[in-house]
Order: sequence, then structure tokens, then C-alpha cells
Amino acid sequence: MSVRATARLRAEPDGRGGTALPVLESDGPLALRRTRSPLPGHARATVVGAMSAPLNGDRLTIEAEVADGAHLTVDAAAATVALPGARADGEPSTYAVHLRVGEGAALRWLPEQLVSAHGSDLRQSTRVELAPTARLLLREEQILGRHGEPTGALTTRLTVHRGGRPLLDQQLAYGPGAPGGWDGPAVLGGHRAVGQLLLADPSFEDAPLPARLFGPTAALTPLAGPAVLVTAVAADARLLRAVLNEAMRELLDGLKADHRQEVR
Amino acid sequence: MSRAALLVLADGRFPAGGHAHSGGAEPAVTQGRIRNADDLAAFCRGRLHTAGLTAAALAAAAAHGLDPLALDEAADARTPSPALRATARKLGRQMMRAARATWPSPELDALATARPRGAHQPVVLGLTARAAGLKSEDAAHWVAYETVSGPATAVVRLLSLDPFHATAVLARLAPELDDVAAQAAEAARRGIDALPAASAPLLDITAEAHAAWPVRLFAS
Repeated sequence: MSVRATARLRAEPDGRGGTALPVLESDGPLALRRTRSPLPGHARATVVGAMSAPLNGDRLTIEAEVADGAHLTVDAAAATVALPGARADGEPSTYAVHLRVGEGAALRWLPEQLVSAHGSDLRQSTRVELAPTARLLLREEQILGRHGEPTGALTTRLTVHRGGRPLLDQQLAYGPGAPGGWDGPAVLGGHRAVGQLLLADPSFEDAPLPARLFGPTAALTPLAGPAVLVTAVAADARLLRAVLNEAMRELLDGLKADHRQEVR
Repeated sequence: MSRAALLVLADGRFPAGGHAHSGGAEPAVTQGRIRNADDLAAFCRGRLHTAGLTAAALAAAAAHGLDPLALDEAADARTPSPALRATARKLGRQMMRAARATWPSPELDALATARPRGAHQPVVLGLTARAAGLKSEDAAHWVAYETVSGPATAVVRLLSLDPFHATAVLARLAPELDDVAAQAAEAARRGIDALPAASAPLLDITAEAHAAWPVRLFAS
């Protein structure tokens, strides 16, 4: 049996300088827990996997809205592992994430890795609508296969609009059934871990960051709009996370050092 | 429509400046990721189905009559690397000059006025194809082919690869070029929200490294 589940959360200012979570709805394998945030004024929610998912054929959705002026962090207790499921001829699974961030609001969307297990077939999509003064820190990591196994089929799309205009649109396709060359020298070059770290902040409008490399297989690039994207490939999940953590620290410290308001 | 117009446009001697660009092949050769004709084929195939499909669909959409300024914005969102955005606009500017001399059109004039420093090359190419009376699939074919012919020509120079072998790589990719052009044209017919955004992480990463090299044979 395949699962259809939609989890929802909504963050609002609580009127006392903090952020409340008036909507926190778990569904099926997507269990949301309110957790303590180390950041002042931030609410935090953690996605806790309640069962193994997605299996092929499952349709999972998370919808998160951060109202004007609210501050939210969403993270996860563990990696998400896409699995083949019981039937070999099953449909692909889908995992859709819809995020809306309002004026003056901030969202840190920091899930754990997405692992594409051998035999799995997952279409993942993340769609973000940012208000012009919204801030976003978002990390996505795709790990192609568990340790020592070939990857499953995985496509991901990350689409971000700011004030209704396109800011970033990226589609990646790996594994069986993906168009040829995905593992070759133009795309992955044999690497098995791919990651993106996006920081959108209106302060980049006046002070864009220069492009910069983090070693031979990771680069921080200023987008055409007020945001930077770190793109990295690595041999495995641990090395990938190390590069993305280094970039994240540098970016957040840079925002502080420039006496800009901290991304909270 | 004129089939010969497509040959004029796709001719390597058409003065649009593409010969100065390796399409990411130069850093791939330097880093040892392209060492022979097989590697070149894998590189071209990967580029074709990612950056190539995305660019071909933008060109097809412009040829189909979608708003070129909205397409230029869509191209920016699909090009996170500032080095690659600069390259696309530079090539767009050069293509615009050649296009306005060969197939003058009010649409090309309007885009040149709105984007004096250059629009993304696939958008300019699409409008050029439109001015030349070509179809959106023709524009997609041109871009798909350019996506692989640039690196193949560059690798002949960078590796002293036998030009026969490089051309054989291109010939073997022909059915996939047709597929990509058809996909791109189909997406263009469905509108701007249906355009693909396929991307290649290593091309984006190495473009930035390459742009910072003090000495290089190719501009990109």
C-alpha cells in the first residue's frame, strides 16, 4: 500500500518578540515535533520519521508558511531514505516541499540528507515563494546510494521565486533512467554526494558577495538576485556536509561581521 | 521556412564568437576528467542533457514567441554561476550583432535596446531563428548542437585529439540531439512555466574556477 501524506506547519509572530506555531500537523510518515531553538525569537520544528518512507509509490508533501515577521527553523532527526518498496513495478514516489516566507520573516530549512537507495525511484521538488524582504537559508543534499550500493533513480527540482520573480531554478537527475552522462565528467564525475546551500537575504542587493571556491568541487556563487548558492559535489555524505558547514559558517559570520542584522 | 537559413545560422563560420569557448571542457581536461574520445563523449552527453536541454528550451521558447525579457530572467535563474551568466550575455551580444546584420527584425531591435549589455545567448538565438523564418525546434536543434560541438572542437585543440574521433563523437550523439531538440520544443509550446531547468553541478563549479585562471586557452 502506498501512502499519501501532507504535513503542514505555520509560524506566526507571538506578539512578545517570539514566534508561535499555531499549525503543526503531522501526517503518516511525516511527524513534526516542536523542538527548542537555540536562536532567540525563533520557533523550531523537527521532522521525525515515524516510519520508513518514501517507498516507491508514496506521495509525501510538506507545506510550511512563515508569516510576516516570524522566524522559523525546520530540521530533521535523521536522513530521509528513498526505498524501493514491495512491488518492483511500483510507481515512483514523490516528495514535494512548498515553502512560503513573508515580509521580514526568516526561514532556516535544514533537513538531513536525502539518500537514494538502490531500486528506489523518487521525484523530489522544493518550491519556495519569498516575499521581497524575506530571508532564507536552505540546504539540500542528495546521496546516491547507501554505503557501497548503486544509486536509485532520483530527480530533484529546486525552484525559488522572490516577489513573484524567478530567483533560482535547478533540476538534477541521477541513476537508472536518467538521461545519459549524469555520472560523467560534465555533471558528477563519479561523485556520489551533491549538495546545495542557498542563502537569500535582501542585504545582498546592495552588497553582493563575490564568487569563491571551497576546494576543487565546491563553489559559492552570487545569483542574479540577492542570494548566494553554494554548489558542491563530494565522494560521500560526510565530506559533503563538511564543505557545506564551512560555507554556512562563513556566510553567517559574514552577515554578522558586516553589521547587518543577523539571520535569525 | 528555409532549411538553408538554419545551415547559415549553425555554420561554425557564422560570426557569433562561439569558437572562443570550450563549454567547460578546458577545466575538465586540466583536471583529468577528459583524457580521450570516450571521456569527451560522456562529457558532451552530460552537457547536452543538462545545460544543453535548458538552453535549447529557452531558444525554442523565444522562437515560439514567448516574452524574451521573461525568458532572459528565466535564464538568469537557471544560471547560478556568474561566470556562465557573463559568458551567456557576451555571446548573446555577439550573436545580436551578427543577427541584426543578417536577419534584421523589430523584435531583435527591441531586445537589443532592453538589454544593451547582451541578453542570454539562447534567447537571442531564438529570436534570430524567428526572424529568419525558422521554427522553434530548429532553434532548439542549433543550441543542442552548439552545446556539444563547442567542447568537441575545443578538446581537439586541448588534447590534440584526432579530429575524426571528435567528429565521430558528435555523429553518434545525433539521435540524442534530435531527442533533446524535440523535448525542448515541446516544453516551449507548453509555456514558460514548463521550461526545463536541468543543471550540471560540475559545470557550474568549474566555470568559476576556470574564470579565475590567469592564463587559459578558451574564454569559458
